[in-house]
Amino acid sequence: MNHPQPIVFQAAAQPETLAVVGHARPHESAALHVTGSAVYTDDMPELAGTLHAALVLAEVAHGSVRRIDVDALRAQPGVVDVMTGADVPGHNECSPVHAHDEPIFADKVQFYGQPLSAVVATSHDLARRAARRAKVEYDKQPALLSVYDALAADSHLLPTVEVARGNAQAAIAAAPHRLAGEVYLGGQEHFYLEGQVSYAVPGEGDSMHVYCSTQHPTEMQHLVADALGWQAHQVQITCRRMGGGFGGKESQSQHTACVAALLAWKTGKPVRMRLDRDDDMSITGKRHDFDIRYEVGFADDGLILGIKFELASRCGYSADLSGPVNDRAIFHCDNAYYLDAVAIRSLRMKTHTVSNTAFRGFGGPQGTFAIESVIEDIARRLGADPLAVRRRNLYGDSAGDVRTTTPYGMKVEDNVLAPLIDQLAADSDYAARRDRIAAFNAANPIVKRGISLTPVKFGISFTATLFNQAGALVHVYNDGTVLVSQGGTEMGQGLYTKVRQIVAEVFGLPFDAVRMSATDTTRVPNTSATAASSGTDLNGMAARAAALEIRERLAQFAAGLHGVDAASVTFADGRVHVAGTDQPFAALVMEAYRSRIKLWEAGFYKTPKIHYDPTTMQGRPFFYFAYGAAVSEVAIDTLTGQTRVLRVDVLHDVGRSINPALDIGQIEGGFVQGMGWLTTEELWWRDDGKLMTHAPSTYKIPAASDCPEVFNVKLFDNANIEDSIHKSKAVGEPPLMLPFSVFFAIRAAAAAAIPADAPLRLDAPATPEAILRAIAAGRGTPMEDAT
Amino acid sequence: MNPTTPAEPVARPIQFYFRGGVRHVAGVSPTRTVLQYLREDLHQCGTKEGCAEGDCGACTVVVGELVDDALQLRAMNACIQFLPTLDGKALFTVEDLAGQGPTNLHPVQQAMVDCHGSQCGFCTPGFVMSLWAMYENATSCPPRQEVADVLSGNLCRCTGYRPIFDAARAAYQQPRVEMDRAAVIDALRNMRAAPALAYESHGQRFWAPRDLDTLGRLRAEHPQATLLAGSTDVGLWVTKQLRELPDILYTGAVDALRHIHIDDDWLDIGAAASLTDAFAVMTSEEPMWAELARRFASPPVRNAGTLGGNVANGSPIGDSMPGLIALGARVVLQREAVRRDMPLEDFYLAYRRTALQEGEFVAAVRIPRRPRDDARLFRIWKVSKRADQDIAAVCGAFALTVRGGIVEDARIAFGGMAATPCRALRAERALEGLPWSQVAVRNAQAALAEDFAPLSDMRASAAYRRTVAANLLERLWLSTQGGDAVLRVEELADA
Repeated sequence: MNHPQPIVFQAAAQPETLAVVGHARPHESAALHVTGSAVYTDDMPELAGTLHAALVLAEVAHGSVRRIDVDALRAQPGVVDVMTGADVPGHNECSPVHAHDEPIFADKVQFYGQPLSAVVATSHDLARRAARRAKVEYDKQPALLSVYDALAADSHLLPTVEVARGNAQAAIAAAPHRLAGEVYLGGQEHFYLEGQVSYAVPGEGDSMHVYCSTQHPTEMQHLVADALGWQAHQVQITCRRMGGGFGGKESQSQHTACVAALLAWKTGKPVRMRLDRDDDMSITGKRHDFDIRYEVGFADDGLILGIKFELASRCGYSADLSGPVNDRAIFHCDNAYYLDAVAIRSLRMKTHTVSNTAFRGFGGPQGTFAIESVIEDIARRLGADPLAVRRRNLYGDSAGDVRTTTPYGMKVEDNVLAPLIDQLAADSDYAARRDRIAAFNAANPIVKRGISLTPVKFGISFTATLFNQAGALVHVYNDGTVLVSQGGTEMGQGLYTKVRQIVAEVFGLPFDAVRMSATDTTRVPNTSATAASSGTDLNGMAARAAALEIRERLAQFAAGLHGVDAASVTFADGRVHVAGTDQPFAALVMEAYRSRIKLWEAGFYKTPKIHYDPTTMQGRPFFYFAYGAAVSEVAIDTLTGQTRVLRVDVLHDVGRSINPALDIGQIEGGFVQGMGWLTTEELWWRDDGKLMTHAPSTYKIPAASDCPEVFNVKLFDNANIEDSIHKSKAVGEPPLMLPFSVFFAIRAAAAAAIPADAPLRLDAPATPEAILRAIAAGRGTPMEDAT
Repeated sequence: MNPTTPAEPVARPIQFYFRGGVRHVAGVSPTRTVLQYLREDLHQCGTKEGCAEGDCGACTVVVGELVDDALQLRAMNACIQFLPTLDGKALFTVEDLAGQGPTNLHPVQQAMVDCHGSQCGFCTPGFVMSLWAMYENATSCPPRQEVADVLSGNLCRCTGYRPIFDAARAAYQQPRVEMDRAAVIDALRNMRAAPALAYESHGQRFWAPRDLDTLGRLRAEHPQATLLAGSTDVGLWVTKQLRELPDILYTGAVDALRHIHIDDDWLDIGAAASLTDAFAVMTSEEPMWAELARRFASPPVRNAGTLGGNVANGSPIGDSMPGLIALGARVVLQREAVRRDMPLEDFYLAYRRTALQEGEFVAAVRIPRRPRDDARLFRIWKVSKRADQDIAAVCGAFALTVRGGIVEDARIAFGGMAATPCRALRAERALEGLPWSQVAVRNAQAALAEDFAPLSDMRASAAYRRTVAANLLERLWLSTQGGDAVLRVEELADA
């Protein structure tokens, strides 16, 4: 039996005085998950008269709709009503950034699969069958599908953005070594296990309650209101939990929310709409794919002297979140490295494909991939260990002022990468294994191995400063139990668990004394998306602020009873300790209630210190950085391109962990998800623009056997230097970049199969085919495509 | 094992064991899936829909059947099983588990909680059911590789799987809690007394004969009926293509078709034998099947799907056919009581077109026994983007008889290279009668380029397929040459 060692959680991450925070404990819904009793939106019992909606989808990539045979649709079995853009009472529009470029129902088709119309029927099955039989006539136009098509046609969705420091061109020209390169980095489907789903229930007096699987209830509220021609206070959005989000339910829940609400309004009945997996994957946006080009000048030791990037992304047909996604790519194409003379050009290309969107990392991974590819090319040119080149280029010690400022003008004040990398390299035996691998490769012509250590530095905060605010509402009921409402949504990441821990800690209560209510726009308004890894940072702080106010009131009350100072009152073990006596928390609460003390409070938080000017792209967009690094070892088969990950070691900085079990879960899950993006997950479009990898049969996310058998994950002992919630750090997105170590280990293995001076370009994902192509090209016998 | 006497299926409700009793169902469309029935009709929403095509496992349930008077429990995908296929069986879902253990949770559930095996929780009921089937079927925790196989049909997007592996092991560290099987076995026995099922609802008919003669007759009488075996492909005709299937003739209740018969010369695998059962026999005969069997779809699909169905379906990328063709397997076709057989490669006429004639059905697949001398070399290699539960870009199978250094006979078959699974006849000829040598392999590789003109699609380009097909010949050569070099990544120990 060859089982991995169980994870030993580091107990010292938080000060020992904390009773609930800092302790590994299961997800607050774990017992519900495993018994199948956790209720997801599609599990909710149906109200009488509930109808089901399905979408009619475009079957051309670009063109205009000449005619939809609505009467024929209406005549299908079970169909109650049909809706097209002309029937929308408000705005036929669901752009999350109000760009007016995303119709709910299109008449000008801009991608294959774009929703044109919706039917509502007596059952889900009948609605789907009716929608499938829709007769639509089109006037077709030629379509631009790939980022290369768009570049060739000069088809830009948004203005090009440039950030520069120093004279990169001159620095490159003057450098002892120069390189130029290009690499393609594919997109990624979120593949949340629970597809998009909304359930809209019409209420009295022009109001609508939408249960929606969404990371952004407030945005859904506004989009639904706008579609109906209503105001925000007429629409209530509720989300208790999602079956996964990963950024895919930030803006992309818009279609089910708006369509269900519109049809509920039109029919006066509750309407449920859930997308079949194939429809979901066809009509929702994905991670942006990038074409990355660079020129770099560097010294003999690999030090980068000047660098130019051109990052061209496929945004798809509409703006959606492509602006901030590409901004974050810019903010991360330094990753861990100081770039002295740098010029970054970000091209946001328009194509006739689905509008790409937020996905864990939000452009950051694409920027990081760009610089890590350059590092690898430099090391290959110099014949050096890429780790040596990485170390040479790291940001300087934060204590000093040398090499500490990012291209966007923010000083890196919390850099821990040098010690973190040293510790990881030692723990993982990196150097000795690299030697052993070289020996193995010398003796083995068919199977080649590779190892790579890659770091990550990820900026934490929404780059749009205004989103860095949060609210919460804490109720202490007069029996001493606590209910917390807050603006963040639960998608599996453990936000509700952490917030419960944070609030229980404030009151000195056991975890189970605190319950979470579903996230709901009627309890906490004007929320930001649960995104940018910020859920706990923002909402945990807001909930804590509310709880602290109530606790202070209770302390004042108890102190008054005993004639002591409120500061001497303590809350621990479910009891309140005051003046040498103690009583159950519930007893004090009841006394306070009888004395008419306010036992509920709203909390608010806004992230301090951050600011940046979007016109110059300069400032401090991030409150702090999260750090991590991973070492991966792989083997590849040079006959088929098949790969196997042999061992992974991770050391990651979550500050002082609020819940080490959840944090390790985020790290491992992010790692495997990122590994899938870079290896097996390939999006493939047919020539007519239809996405052919629209289901798990054709789109291959990692399976159980892809989990590395040796997978050592540790938390780096660190505390956030900023005043974050319990000195923790955000953890949702940064680990997604750790498996770059897998990709570059594959690249190193491929390099071992070709001459040392041969060109090597490995595009991502590193599918078996991509690997064989890279090797074949490196051997001077490129794989010939049939004509 | 007694031959069943011919018996006309009788119109009656579907009956199956569920939640502690026998449930009778009528008035539901015969193409209603088990998942739709659970979620929409019974409002038992613990079982989830993730893909409706048997590829994600969120809908995993466990189906119990009497086999040799014992209860056999197997995981299946509720999303693509039609409700009438449960007739005479037992259905267990995640809601059945809680309350069995000393705490409210079953050890498998408790272990998933303790090991942090759920994050968003949506895939979790499916994992729990796959783990529960494993737990009931194995009294100690299988090795990690086997656990990975058990879980290969369950996708999780949150955890990265490590904690679920831990949970598999941890479940066995708690006091063992086994299901009380007696009541289930009694119920299953009692249901056997019912006549064969004929079921009609919503203008659709479903027949589940129990004997071959009746199947043959019904097939002749209703040539328009859809022949249904494991439902792992036909299920998708309904859930994905939204096809209407007016009449369905189900082979899964015909005992004779589920039988696997072994004599001196042949493995005779009834067309309705599950892939799980068929591969078990094929692997014990020829261990080279083991890896392909493990990587063929997932346990829920192999438990429901049949070898006969895989063969009859005739997909150019069906996993079993290259190996079967290389081994000289024959397919047995039956119309009423008349049987004929033919080499499997002759069964495939064109893309998704077979030699089956009207009223005819696939009755069995016959595989020649392994030759007693060791002159035959047999290899199957499947190449896909993902190691587990993926469809092959290329699948190559090689059966060479080499005596005295001379290739006496070569049978080479590929999937993914043409519109049907087929032999590489030119490559075979380039090898036969010549010494087994690198030169011969080079010639065969060149001949292979003439054998096939593969397509490009989302799984691989034509160029890649051609390259890999030739490289598999290279691997075949290298695999006969000894030496210390590692030839496959699977041979490596963990770093």
